Amino acid sequence: MHIDLLSSSSSKPHFDKILIANRGEIACRVIRTAKKLGIKTVAVYSEVDANSLHVQQADEAYCIGPAPSSESYLRMDKIIEVCHRSGAQAVHPGYGFLSENAKFSEQLAEEGIVFIGPPSSAIVSMGSKSESKNIMSAAGVPCVPGYHGTNQDPQYLFEEAQRIGFPVLIKAIHGGGGKGMRTVHAAEEFQEALESAKRESLKSFGDDNVLVEKYIVRPRHVEVQVFADTLGGVVSLWERDCSVQRRNQKIIEEAPAPGLTSELRADLSAKAVAAAKAVNYVGAGTVEFIFDNDTQDFFFMEMNTRLQVEHPVTEMVTGLDLVEWQLEVAAGNPLPLSQSAIPLVGHAFEARIYAENPRNNFLPDSGPLLYLSTPTPTHVFAPTLLPLAGSSASSDASAPLVPSRSTSSVMAPSLRLEQGFTQGSQIGVFYDPMIAKLVVHGRDRKEALRMLRRGLEEYKVVGVSTNVEFLRSLAGNDAFIAGDVETGFIPKHFDELFPPISDPSPEILAQAALFVALREHSSQTSSPSSPWTTLHARRFGGDEYERIITLQKDDSSAEPITVHVKSAQQPGHFNVDVQSGASRTSFTSVPASLVSPTTFNSTLNSASSETTIVSQPPPPAVPASLQTNTMERLHIFSGGQKTTLVLPSPKWLLSLGGDVLNAAKGALRAPMPSLVVEVRVKVGDKVEKGQPVVVLESMKTETVLRSDVSGIVKAVGCKNGEMVEEGRELVDIEDNDS
Amino acid sequence: MRTLLKTVQAVSGRSQRRRAYHASVLPSLVSPGSPEFQAKSQAMDALVADVQDKMGQARLGGGPKAAERMRSKGKKLPRERLGLLLDPQTPFLELSSLAAHDVYPGQSIPGAGIITGIGRIAGRECMVVVNDATVKGGSYYPLTVKKHLRAQEIARENGLPCVYVVESGGAALPHQANVFPDKEHFGRIFYNMAQMSALGIPQVAMVHGISVAGGAYVPAMADENIIVREQGRIFLAGPPLVKAATGEEVDEETLGGGLMHSSESGVTDHLARDDEHAIAIARGVIGDLGTAGGYVTPRPVVRPEEPLYPASELHGIVGTDLRQAFDMRDVIARVVDGSRFREFKKEYGPTMITGFAHVHGYEVGIVANNGILFSPSALKATHFIQLCSQRQIPLLFLVNVTGYMVGSKAERGGIAKDGAKMVRAVACADVPKLTVIVGGSFGAGNYGMAGRAYSPRFLWMWPNAKVSVMGSGQLSQVMTTVSKDPGQHASLKDEIESQSTALYSTARLWDDGIIKPTDTRDVVGLGLALAGRGRAGGRERSRSTTWDGSNHGFGVFRM
Repeated sequence: MHIDLLSSSSSKPHFDKILIANRGEIACRVIRTAKKLGIKTVAVYSEVDANSLHVQQADEAYCIGPAPSSESYLRMDKIIEVCHRSGAQAVHPGYGFLSENAKFSEQLAEEGIVFIGPPSSAIVSMGSKSESKNIMSAAGVPCVPGYHGTNQDPQYLFEEAQRIGFPVLIKAIHGGGGKGMRTVHAAEEFQEALESAKRESLKSFGDDNVLVEKYIVRPRHVEVQVFADTLGGVVSLWERDCSVQRRNQKIIEEAPAPGLTSELRADLSAKAVAAAKAVNYVGAGTVEFIFDNDTQDFFFMEMNTRLQVEHPVTEMVTGLDLVEWQLEVAAGNPLPLSQSAIPLVGHAFEARIYAENPRNNFLPDSGPLLYLSTPTPTHVFAPTLLPLAGSSASSDASAPLVPSRSTSSVMAPSLRLEQGFTQGSQIGVFYDPMIAKLVVHGRDRKEALRMLRRGLEEYKVVGVSTNVEFLRSLAGNDAFIAGDVETGFIPKHFDELFPPISDPSPEILAQAALFVALREHSSQTSSPSSPWTTLHARRFGGDEYERIITLQKDDSSAEPITVHVKSAQQPGHFNVDVQSGASRTSFTSVPASLVSPTTFNSTLNSASSETTIVSQPPPPAVPASLQTNTMERLHIFSGGQKTTLVLPSPKWLLSLGGDVLNAAKGALRAPMPSLVVEVRVKVGDKVEKGQPVVVLESMKTETVLRSDVSGIVKAVGCKNGEMVEEGRELVDIEDNDS
Repeated sequence: MRTLLKTVQAVSGRSQRRRAYHASVLPSLVSPGSPEFQAKSQAMDALVADVQDKMGQARLGGGPKAAERMRSKGKKLPRERLGLLLDPQTPFLELSSLAAHDVYPGQSIPGAGIITGIGRIAGRECMVVVNDATVKGGSYYPLTVKKHLRAQEIARENGLPCVYVVESGGAALPHQANVFPDKEHFGRIFYNMAQMSALGIPQVAMVHGISVAGGAYVPAMADENIIVREQGRIFLAGPPLVKAATGEEVDEETLGGGLMHSSESGVTDHLARDDEHAIAIARGVIGDLGTAGGYVTPRPVVRPEEPLYPASELHGIVGTDLRQAFDMRDVIARVVDGSRFREFKKEYGPTMITGFAHVHGYEVGIVANNGILFSPSALKATHFIQLCSQRQIPLLFLVNVTGYMVGSKAERGGIAKDGAKMVRAVACADVPKLTVIVGGSFGAGNYGMAGRAYSPRFLWMWPNAKVSVMGSGQLSQVMTTVSKDPGQHASLKDEIESQSTALYSTARLWDDGIIKPTDTRDVVGLGLALAGRGRAGGRERSRSTTWDGSNHGFGVFRM
């Protein structure tokens, strides 16, 4: 490395072609910056991702194996082979997968390919919790009081815990994601919690070493984005607050962290920069701190040696493109801005939209994105924020850690969307179920939150359950608006965040019924049409138009609701009568029309509204039953709320479906795409009704399929470890009675 | 051929645009604020409301008790079956909904116990015939037969697939003499079914209830049929008659239930679980008709345009008193596309209006009355009908005629000869004819203006319309000269007066129904669309009601 060359004005050239060893939104994100800079991109994909967005957007794409990540996105050999085939000079790992894999980084180096990330030594140092804390302590970065040593004698650990003072936290040294972690509030609980933490750690990570730490009662998760170049320059791009989490995973992030004094911010940044320097860090990194809401103390937790999911909030408040910075640094160039030139303007939020079910403990969901309608982004990259005049990249590293704020900044609120999927995409069981990230930027926190709420209201998904409505409640929660965040936010405000689901209003029911009545509208063609299509439901010569539409809440035990739709005197107007239980609501002379197959206009009680209604047909090959998932669903998006109703199957269809189900009795089918954990029977076995037959795993949850008849196993259609698709017949059992 | 057609359309499209600035746009010369207009309008409003009211009554069929009885058996009501059968969001043109109104003394037979009309099923226009079992168990009165046969006639003339929604005990026995033996009686239903099938016009039947004796032949003669399990029953004779005839004791389900007919006798093709299922199957059957018969409803030749003036003004223009004259151009201006009317021979024979226009985008030649018919008027109409016949443009008759001129001057001028020319032209015109009686249709004027006897494809009446051999005024005078008994004059005048009303006519199937004046444009548009249905294959079809085969084969035999 020739320092003299770098210090001259000519910067090193960017790569001509890079490979992105990732998928989904982050792959698309990297491709976008690469395109902006004229760099060619190479995508890799697994068999199920062949038609995905990142494959379409890249200049070249190579299939690297079947769906499971261990056979595709984690296959270093295949990725390196693609680098050679395509001539890619560098690899951007994104986040997850191989992004923090030191071995991958080393192997790339051996092959002469640049890893766009930190040196492997930094990855290794930061990968171990105890080692990283030792380094940090030595560098003067505060760590949570605790014992991080190798003495794992239970009695010794107990004494350490008493020294630290209860409550304490027991954590697996190699742990993560909440596994091998226990909170101990009193001395007498310690031994039992320790044993269980060790057991879990051994099972999950193959190592039962733990550490003991002070447990902070009202913690916040505050992290600092740092950037370092190969020349020893390190800057802070300020902090983010990612306190609100579920299942120990972030769902909403913001920058800057609310309620921090500028002194505290400077202190955090200084400690983060020190941490990066301590490990000779290069590239984008995040230093995570645990922040004690009660004492305002902060302690080092860990350093993430990658570009993080939530990097866009930092981009929004600094006006920078962090992927571009990564490429600069990887090319060997100095950091584009000095510390004093880095702005911090306004407030930004990122909401992560997941395919999951918040009301069912946020369990992940999978399925096709049948319908996807998003708010219109105002920006592709962060809006440009001009750094203060006079600041230059050459100012020294000892500059004060105070953000460069342009005092007269004229900025408009902005909205960005980071997504890797489009309508029709499949949110699979193999990968992270994040659909998209909604990123907003406003002049202040209130404005940003308003943008976020609005954006979420316009984010409409049908096909999988999502957390959109939950995020909307969160963004409208008083405590959240007040900036009163902590990691235990969701359990603390559970009742407000999950209000009971109210019954659909008569207005929603009337709109749904009118939609059903109108949707068979002849499609508008350019050539003139016969009055037999253009006169719609007009009646002549005595008959009167009337339709009775039955609706039901998406719950097989719900009572059906009947809605009578009759033509009113004026063409295009309807009289609607909603009968839900004992209550009856009438709307007279309602003008209603379909503007598009999913956009419905109506005026109920003088209130004019445009409603998005999306029909979700049931899977065609599944016999009709009283289960609502065998019925057509209507998803009604109105006033930021999504209401799902079903159109109950008519009696005859249930009767036909019943025949099919009876004929298929004994055959066990996969209820969803899943992994076969264990087949417990073989052909010829005698099974009793209710006996477990197959164990499946899907979305990290095990399901035991039990025989619904007593009889003999006739066929087994799966084997251990196999991935099976929804509806696959796994085992067929011949009923003894038939 | 195709290129030629395109050129023709292009030319007509261009002329259409040019016409926008042309004097062919009819002006509106009515003054809706005037007291006369208001009075006429109110009178028509009241009459329309009265007819609507009567239609509302008829729509209830046999009433709530009968409806409840059907519902309690898990059946859908006849109109519910109809509603489910039709494509959602498509129109329905009901025929003669006031049939049998006040006809059978002491008995109310709403709609003659049968609902008929044209609607879309699975994207195809079909004739739908629904027995109303809430009315005397769906049994056939003489007018029920007439209404059923008229529906079949319309289906045949327009090539409309027929769907019979059957639930009927067959002929009403006390009326058998007027139901069974004659040419246009019960047997004709099956004759028509066989011949339409042979012509490639599909016949589909759904059996929702009892279908006995003659009624059994509707599903049996159908090309494809559906029966509802444990509800539909088909037998030539019911259990009591079987017992009387052979001594066999058997219940209805065993004798003619859906399962038996579907699995053993083969009388039925599809077994449905309930009414709704039968309808779903029937919709599938219609969806699978392929190109049967090759009849297709044509698209309009030009883009349809609304008239420039509101249809609601028709009430005040025409009114209910036939003695008050009105300019038929004001009616035409509220019926035709863009109120554009290219008048033919405007200055000649001015009591007759002839000209070309479009309704819902379909070309039409209009023959309309604007006063008494003189020789020149009759000759002008004859000339115009020949033009339309030559150009294959359908004819629309807008009728308000007191008759042909009488008197020595007229007779010397050969009014009989000229009137006959017009009648001959109407009778033999080689194009579909539609008739709307907006005022009077009296005497020979009825013939010249395509009255019922001239087999227009459709004949509709406005609520104020009158049909009789002469107007009541003339009638009085005639009576004075031929009879000396003043009492008889009065009663006969009243009788003829009441027998000439639209309600009296429609109750007896002298028309296809009373329509609201404001619906005229849409109803005519629907009719023109149907009248344009031709056979794509080009196989000559027989519209004649006699039958000598003409190489049509036999239709579909039930095996």
